[in-house]
Amino acid sequence: MRQKGIEIYTDNPEEEFAVSGHRACQGCAEILAVRLALKIFGKNTILVMATGCMEIISTPLPTTTWTLPWIHVAFENAAAVASGIEGALKILMEKNKIPREDIRVVAIAGDGGTSDIGLQALSGALERGHKFTYICLDNEAYMNTGIQRSSATPYGASTTTSPPGKKSIGQATWKKDMPKIAVAHNIPYVATACPSYPFDLFSKVKKARMADGPSYLHILSVCPTGWRIPTDLAIEYGKLAVRTGVFPLYEVENGQYKITHSPEPLKPIKEYIKGQGRFRHLNDDQIAKIQGRVTKEWDNLKSRCELK
Amino acid sequence: MKKGIEVSIAASIAAKLARVEAIAAYPITPQTHIVEHLAEIVANGELDAVYINVESEHSAMSACCGSSATGARTFTSTSAQGLELMHEILFIASGMRFPIVMATVNRALSSPLSIWGDHSDVMAARDTGWIMLFCENGQEVVDMIIMAFRIAEDRGVLLPVMVNLDGFSLSHVIEPIELPSQMMVDKFLPPYSPLYTLHPNKPVTMGAYAMPELYTEAKYAQEMAIINSKEIIKNVMDEFGKQFGRQYKPVETYNTENADFVFVALGSIGENIKTAIDELKGEGKNAGLVQLRLFRPFPSEELFSVLKDKKRVAVIERVMPAGAPNGPLFQEISSVMCTNSLLMHMENYIVGLGGRDVLPESFIDIFNGTACEKSTVPIRDKNFKVIGVRG
Ligand SMILES: Cc1ncc(C[n+]2csc(CCOP(=O)(O)OP(=O)(O)O)c2C)c(N)n1
Ligand code: SF4
Repeated sequence: MRQKGIEIYTDNPEEEFAVSGHRACQGCAEILAVRLALKIFGKNTILVMATGCMEIISTPLPTTTWTLPWIHVAFENAAAVASGIEGALKILMEKNKIPREDIRVVAIAGDGGTSDIGLQALSGALERGHKFTYICLDNEAYMNTGIQRSSATPYGASTTTSPPGKKSIGQATWKKDMPKIAVAHNIPYVATACPSYPFDLFSKVKKARMADGPSYLHILSVCPTGWRIPTDLAIEYGKLAVRTGVFPLYEVENGQYKITHSPEPLKPIKEYIKGQGRFRHLNDDQIAKIQGRVTKEWDNLKSRCELK
Repeated sequence: MKKGIEVSIAASIAAKLARVEAIAAYPITPQTHIVEHLAEIVANGELDAVYINVESEHSAMSACCGSSATGARTFTSTSAQGLELMHEILFIASGMRFPIVMATVNRALSSPLSIWGDHSDVMAARDTGWIMLFCENGQEVVDMIIMAFRIAEDRGVLLPVMVNLDGFSLSHVIEPIELPSQMMVDKFLPPYSPLYTLHPNKPVTMGAYAMPELYTEAKYAQEMAIINSKEIIKNVMDEFGKQFGRQYKPVETYNTENADFVFVALGSIGENIKTAIDELKGEGKNAGLVQLRLFRPFPSEELFSVLKDKKRVAVIERVMPAGAPNGPLFQEISSVMCTNSLLMHMENYIVGLGGRDVLPESFIDIFNGTACEKSTVPIRDKNFKVIGVRG
């Protein structure tokens, strides 16, 4: 429903599964993304989490932020642990040891736990067709260990292991296209999302939950701490990432690409880059190079959507 | 009734008799026959289990953690590089108290690449918090796998258990083995009833992190669990003996009563040592053998009571100590002796690395004090002898 530019979501579930008291930084969009996504997954969910910010801020013994069954085993294996849980649920239900119910297993990891060290376990789990949802919380670096670069860190960004200097621009390679890698596994549902667009996120979580097989959600989660921005601007920068075409919102249902929110005409990426401390060192030429790449990628995505 | 059967096949049948519900495994020689045969058993509907064909051993152990946490009786098997790839998760499985059972088919580690048997793999994983059993023959492999689930799932234990068997020299031989009936195993091993599981009906948080104020206490509690498991392991072995007629002990002895000289060894090499002991006996010489069935928790008391009045102890190991003064088993036994203020003449021999044959003659040479050694390491830094090194 739309009212004077305000969207009202009528069936917004009130129940919380990530409750207050955790220690995420002020303005963290990662915890916001998890909280919103879990509302839609609902009570019948088992959560597996990789090592990273979300695990560390939520479970110092003997406390917990999670009102769902939750397990953390290690950094690189959330998808493998989820495979074991999904398999066990299946056999225990078959043997009538536990009641037959629709329980969704959800594995959550950061961009490091997904696109770097956890890529093999994720690929294995997607390929084996386990009925589970994998969520990558992409804050574009290893934030938990102190803002080191990952393969999802954007070109030109400064991190503690990709610092700019006389001989360095900062992160020297382009961001790995994780959603495309997920799509290549021919799974039923892949989507990108961002908590700055909560209703788009809700509808994608719903589809991911219903998928008959593995589903993959790639959620851009702004990290004020690592991006060097004021803590009240996480939502704003998420929006700018979408409006500039840096992080397009789309979904891929059974191989079919669809842009779910068209920001055209795209805003210049300068608006996104300026104000972020991690890009402070970039000059106009370098920004122009990034602009060229973003425009090209956006056109590529559009052409994938037109192919019917 | 005994039946000629390959030990690996018997191991997979033991897992089936234990009614395992989840298997996550990745193939590696010489463990392959176990996981292949289990896959067949599941494919033929002879066992209601989920079989997860993971993409690596790291994921195998991770998936085992997931299925065990969900409440399924869980089994896996590996060797060598596979065990080391699991290494990180081995600690987590024991720290999170998952009663997973793993058949570890012991094999040499790279490099150089060797697919053949020795104990390099398990010795590199010996302090991962797993209960460790060692088998001498195929019958023991079957019996230990069945006992392992009883031990692991005991509410007083709740720890993962590794059943070690030697690659090829045990895994690939055909032996007469008595396979117990399903009815007997069911009587001995009740269905797994887990304490906590991952289920929306009763949400729990597993695998939280500990601040410095709590880590020591958590680790101490885990240590007490493995130390206290020894009594439970003994009870399980006794009960198994009563029901199946085959009695096991954490420390087994052969001809030790009359001997001043004893060998201490792990695994299938015990059979060759027994042959040497029998030959020596024929010459009127007395030697004994002490076999450790249980390696973790280390059966210090039982070992001490056998060794305390011996004059010479020869510790036989199948792993290169890599810069250490002695092999790992020797270090552990000598620390038991020191703790009990007893110093005795102890010798350390490294044999059978990477599948090298070890014949009974070597043990006769050791007994006679004529076992050869070739090595350039200065003697004051090294107290072990490597048997059979060519120049
Ligand atoms: C095997 C292993 N290597 C390294 C680490 C250290 N480590 C813990 S979390 C982390 C980075 C997490 O980054 P990411 O997955 O992007 O999540 P974020 O914290 O940014 O949300 C690293 C490197 C580890 N726990 N395990
Ligand atoms: S470092 Fe970033 S991702 Fe981590 S809790 Fe803080 S704001 Fe969130």
